[in-house]
Amino acid sequence: MAVATKGKITPKTYKTQFPVDWCPGCGDYGILNALQQALAKLQIPRHLVAVVGGIGCSGKAQYHVNAYGVHTLHGRPLTYATGIRLANPNMHVIVVSGDGDSMAIGAGHFVGAGRRNTNITHLMFNNEVYGLTKGQAGPTLPLGLRTKSLPEPNMNGAVNPLMMAMTVGYTWIGRGYAYDVRRLVDLIMQAIEHPGSSFLDILQPCPTYNDLHTQEWFSGKDLGRPRIYDLQKEGYDPVIPPGADEATVDAKLLKFIEKAHEWGDRIPTGVFLVNKNVSSYEERLQQRIPNYFEAPPAQRPVMDEKGVTLTDLSPIFDELAMD
Amino acid sequence: MTKQQEELAWRVGGPQGSGVDTAAGIFQRACAIGGLHVYGRREYYSNIKGRHSYYDVRVAHHPITSHRESVDLLTTFEAESLVRHAMAVVPGGAIIYNTKTEDTPLDRIIFLDARLREDLKAYLESHGLPLTSKGLLEDARKRGVQTYSVPYEEITKALAERLSIPKGIADRTLNTLAVAVSAALLDFPAEYIIRGLKKIFKGKEKVINLNVEAVNLAYEYVRANFDTEDFQFRMDVSKTPVKRLLLNGNQAVALGKLAGGLTMQTYYPISPATDESVFLEAHSTFPLRNGQQGSVVVVQTEDELSAIGMAAGAALTGARVATATSGPGLSLMTEALGWAGINEVPVVVTNYMRGGPSTGMPTRTDQGDLLFAIHGGHGEFPRIVISSGDLEEAFYDAARALNYAERYQMPVIHLVDKALSSTTATVDIFDLSRVQIERGVLAEPVEDANGTPPFPRFKVTESGISPRPFHGQPGHTHWLTGAEHTEIGRVTEDPVTREAMMEKRMRKFQTACEEIPEEEKFRVYGDPEAPFTIIAWGSTKGAVLDAMERLAQEGIKTRFIHVRMLWPFPAKPMKPYLETAKPLVLAELTYTGQLAHLLRESACRDTDYMVLKYSGRPFSGEALYDAFKKILSGEAEPRIIVRNPME
Repeated sequence: MAVATKGKITPKTYKTQFPVDWCPGCGDYGILNALQQALAKLQIPRHLVAVVGGIGCSGKAQYHVNAYGVHTLHGRPLTYATGIRLANPNMHVIVVSGDGDSMAIGAGHFVGAGRRNTNITHLMFNNEVYGLTKGQAGPTLPLGLRTKSLPEPNMNGAVNPLMMAMTVGYTWIGRGYAYDVRRLVDLIMQAIEHPGSSFLDILQPCPTYNDLHTQEWFSGKDLGRPRIYDLQKEGYDPVIPPGADEATVDAKLLKFIEKAHEWGDRIPTGVFLVNKNVSSYEERLQQRIPNYFEAPPAQRPVMDEKGVTLTDLSPIFDELAMD
Repeated sequence: MTKQQEELAWRVGGPQGSGVDTAAGIFQRACAIGGLHVYGRREYYSNIKGRHSYYDVRVAHHPITSHRESVDLLTTFEAESLVRHAMAVVPGGAIIYNTKTEDTPLDRIIFLDARLREDLKAYLESHGLPLTSKGLLEDARKRGVQTYSVPYEEITKALAERLSIPKGIADRTLNTLAVAVSAALLDFPAEYIIRGLKKIFKGKEKVINLNVEAVNLAYEYVRANFDTEDFQFRMDVSKTPVKRLLLNGNQAVALGKLAGGLTMQTYYPISPATDESVFLEAHSTFPLRNGQQGSVVVVQTEDELSAIGMAAGAALTGARVATATSGPGLSLMTEALGWAGINEVPVVVTNYMRGGPSTGMPTRTDQGDLLFAIHGGHGEFPRIVISSGDLEEAFYDAARALNYAERYQMPVIHLVDKALSSTTATVDIFDLSRVQIERGVLAEPVEDANGTPPFPRFKVTESGISPRPFHGQPGHTHWLTGAEHTEIGRVTEDPVTREAMMEKRMRKFQTACEEIPEEEKFRVYGDPEAPFTIIAWGSTKGAVLDAMERLAQEGIKTRFIHVRMLWPFPAKPMKPYLETAKPLVLAELTYTGQLAHLLRESACRDTDYMVLKYSGRPFSGEALYDAFKKILSGEAEPRIIVRNPME
């Protein structure tokens, strides 16, 4: 197989020259930047990267990464991503999806992805609104709040994405902040390297439609200190080690739940959970198909040099033959 | 006077969960092992245990293509089957029934549909017969049907004693007893029934021993107690047995996909599609002719939206992928079909048609998804829709669908009706040397991928088909989007680019039209010059051929256009037949006659008659024969509805 890239891979490798049409000041620029830096730091050749977007401002991120980009249907990027990953487990698959795309219309697939624990990196651009349709309440906007384009205060309760991720089975859960690019790079790298389903909740203030939880609010101008703090700096250990006993697991989960519910004047970011006790879907497939990694669906031979099928059905015909 | 039959129509019935399928399976296998041709038709409720199911097995020394509505030999062990099917048995035929169901009031049969119960009661009342199974038995006898009362419980008691087992265990052989009694009446060699049950219970020694004893006891009982002089039917094995496969439609499609190089299947459970995916999953690994291990990754998804999304995603990497579903699932998939259409993704959707709309009749057959399969999904994009007429077609079509998908880079919908999916029949062993795999036009590999520009995935070409890159290949990165796009997959709203892309996609459709050989689009049976022209698609084929044969025996010539590719509709090559058709008769399991819409839309030709059935049950050759005769007599209305209130 040809070597894809000669020389070092840099963030520039992942940049495109096309104009970006997000609003000036949008947190998405920071996230895009961080993703490109993370991929470069991991030295992943760009032909082994698929960036799969849902619908929304978030989904457009895949247009600005110089890799295999897939702009899918609203709420469905995880399904396409899973198909790509399971068919070719050499691919690094990144999902870029908003809170609306991931937690409402896409909630069913979010559950499915957690249950499968496929090696996919789910980056959720969390801004509490449906930006691209002009600012309706998103699933993470708390009940009763009224952002600038809502005619009336929000009628729906909010989901807790971190709790959702844990409940459905994601085995790596973190939260980042779009304006702390340096830390975000590190979190994205960890999420990509984790060999199971990774969920990164990225707080991404929408400068156009969210006038409540703004960059200023997150930086705690009113408090005199940032609202955001880093879990790892405070000594929080997210890892549930392999073979952990029930008591250890329970203790970790209780701490996780505590941190997942923290909001308001103190907002934790960093790595919340790393569960090393769950097999990935790919590993489960390999139990069933011993040469799955060597000959995955994308690559296993199907025909001979004359184009005739290689499949040999004689054992099955023996089962079904009547003699 | 008894005579060896060339063919026999056998029926067994019973509550679901009581071994009706197993009973039919034993009988089918016994006959197939004996070298007979077998055609099995299964009718069942959307229910796991308790409601009624029945199984027709038509057996013959010659190939058979459909079931029969009239029954030669009905075997039952409980009241509901007796009561539902007694009237279908022909004079000279026989009914086997459980002695204790000799006089069961219709009102006590709880799962009997209210409408059917009232109809049966009204019939019995008008003939002065009791409103019980006894009434129907008497009615049958009056028609010249032999009836045989079998004390099943006495036999299982003897079985329990003979084997020193609890009676409760012995009672589990009621279904096998029903089969064995019927076989004994036919003078069919017990040895084959035993070989049949050994095949079905393979590996379960205790169960085999129990059932073998049951068979022996059944034959002993029949020999000792029944005078079979007046039962006209006998069945013997073939003198020249040929080794054939016995399988159903779900299995034929699954095997066809494996032969066709399927490497991944996604699915969400739905009747009557699930069994195909479960079969694939059970055969996830299999040998390849080059000594390597072949495999198919089968993924059960959380819903149909995921099944189609995952399939499309997998296709991007170069996997040959399919999904299988039924009407309600296909409805969910329409948005994603559009995405696959605009992104030119090869994906096969096997749609098993069942009664619609909505939940409809999950376990009954129908052809009502035709226009939806062709037009479903907003906007305009090309797709191919094909349909299979029998098990052999289903096998080769399933493989071919994957080729069409990759050759033309579009979604392919393979329509298989529920009747075909649940038809179990003998077929000649499939010939895999005939199965060619086509990958279509693929992007040339790139040597040095450093700094390559984005790849023109949607390069505008004369045929409309662009070289296709796979995810994971160096130098081929590009974008895909559900939005209208440029050659490299960037969003565009530019009018000129939009026009070029729409034209390019539709050109692929035209290319498919021109390239696909006529015989993959439709086949003509019967006398090609005959003006009486039947047109149909899907597995109504078998019943049409049966009816045509009967007409031919009376000297009436007919021809039959069996349509296999529904979209693009092969109007042009079909024209000579349509122009000389007099009359043109559609036979379809729908209310509106959807193929007639297609004929008007694509060929500007109306049908002259439509023979329709929308009860959820398939056509029989007998019913179509009657309909065609009516048309020939000049007395038929343009719309003929075929009904059978007893099915």
